Amino acid sequence: MSLFTLSLALVFVGVAIVLSSGLKLGLEKDIVIAAVRSTIQLLIIGYVLSFIFSADSPVFMIVMVMLIIGAASQNIIKRKHNIPGLAWRVVVTLVTIEAVSMLFLLGLQIIPPSPRYVITFSGMIVGSSMVIANLFLNRLKAEVQTRKEEVQVVLALGGTSRQAMQPILKGAIRASMIPTIDSTKTMGLVQLPGMMTGQIIGGADPIEAVRFQLVIVFSLLATAALTSIILGRLAYPALFNEYEQLNYKE
Amino acid sequence: MSKFYENGEGKETVLQQITAKVPAGSIVTLVGPSGSGKSTILSLCNLLITPDGGRVIVEGKEVRDWNVHELRRHVGLAFQMGTMLLGTVKDNLLLAARLHQLETEATERIMQYVGLSEGMLARQADELSGGQKQRVALARTLVNRPSILLLDEVTSALDPAAARGIEELIIKIHNDRQNTILWVTHDLEQAKRVGDFTWLLAEGRLVEQADTASFFSQPKEPFTRRFLKGELSEEAAR
Repeated sequence: MSLFTLSLALVFVGVAIVLSSGLKLGLEKDIVIAAVRSTIQLLIIGYVLSFIFSADSPVFMIVMVMLIIGAASQNIIKRKHNIPGLAWRVVVTLVTIEAVSMLFLLGLQIIPPSPRYVITFSGMIVGSSMVIANLFLNRLKAEVQTRKEEVQVVLALGGTSRQAMQPILKGAIRASMIPTIDSTKTMGLVQLPGMMTGQIIGGADPIEAVRFQLVIVFSLLATAALTSIILGRLAYPALFNEYEQLNYKE
Repeated sequence: MSKFYENGEGKETVLQQITAKVPAGSIVTLVGPSGSGKSTILSLCNLLITPDGGRVIVEGKEVRDWNVHELRRHVGLAFQMGTMLLGTVKDNLLLAARLHQLETEATERIMQYVGLSEGMLARQADELSGGQKQRVALARTLVNRPSILLLDEVTSALDPAAARGIEELIIKIHNDRQNTILWVTHDLEQAKRVGDFTWLLAEGRLVEQADTASFFSQPKEPFTRRFLKGELSEEAAR
């Protein structure tokens, strides 16, 4: 695709700005910032990936995966979830998700151990985990606020914090997984996934593209469950003190 | 004991150096304006909150030296709203048994004891009336066989008939099991009827403690006299 063709796509940005201005939404500045940021970020990552793929070095590959995990963790932590010590819990969760996924994908030789595959698959898996983690933590926060009395009832009867939180964790895990399950159900009917579309446009055999996409879809289903379960297991004790008192600050 | 809470502007005192004893097997009623620290005392007794100063001794042992789960089984707390967990009445009734893997008494007998029909066991707990929920909540607490009961305005959200029913049930429990009871109430007539001793709290201080008869007939403190005349509740609450 030529740069001229690419620049024509800016017409879409122009339409969004005109609509925002016409309807007085006040989003023109944000739209411009979003367009400029995404262009710069994607161009940089394009050159970085191009360098890493040509270098074909495991060190660059690992550094890149660590950067992906770092950026995803930062995105989760910067939201105000009001959970003490959330940072290390999030990092441990994402590292575990990445490790487990790569163990399966590389161990079963579903993907080759080259930067081209490891980095792109890691990006999709960790990115999806980030969204799930944010959904899970938002739901956890809301449930603890609304069901505080139920937690107190279990604690007052001598139950453990784990027993008190079990129904809440279950609800939050379910809620965070539903979007992934729903989007999986409608895949191919409502939306064509980005990676598959990209491969097809790039000239790959659609059947081959679908196979790769299915690997991603199945990985994302498993990591959705694992993200919420691991993060839930790590995060809930931070809401209680040594005397099993609910210590959540709204 | 003392208790503070952090708010935006610093520390807010909830209880200021309160010293008092509860005789074993007695009923102590805690009265006073809203926000005077009555419910805080209850939460301190089963370590749902921790004192910031002083000690809370339960049966010779400071609450923080107890195994917290044992303490809370021993010192049962019933809340104002009779909060039910999702599920049936039976699920709620057997909650403590499930938490501690206890052998359960026959649920039918427990229901009968708290004045509810056996047929209600399968009903969803959130469909019950306020009075029925409070009965189930009390029964749920009793499954742990606590020797001390903390009652936090358990009748204040109920209509007069239901409130009277719960009050009679608590007296029956006390007579049968000889539990020590700390009972927070806004209803002075109720305090007069049920309490062996009465404590008056205001703005985190224990203003007066006396046997219930003397408290109501010969209050020593001018503040108590004004409170009993109904002059102070709103003022102090503000």
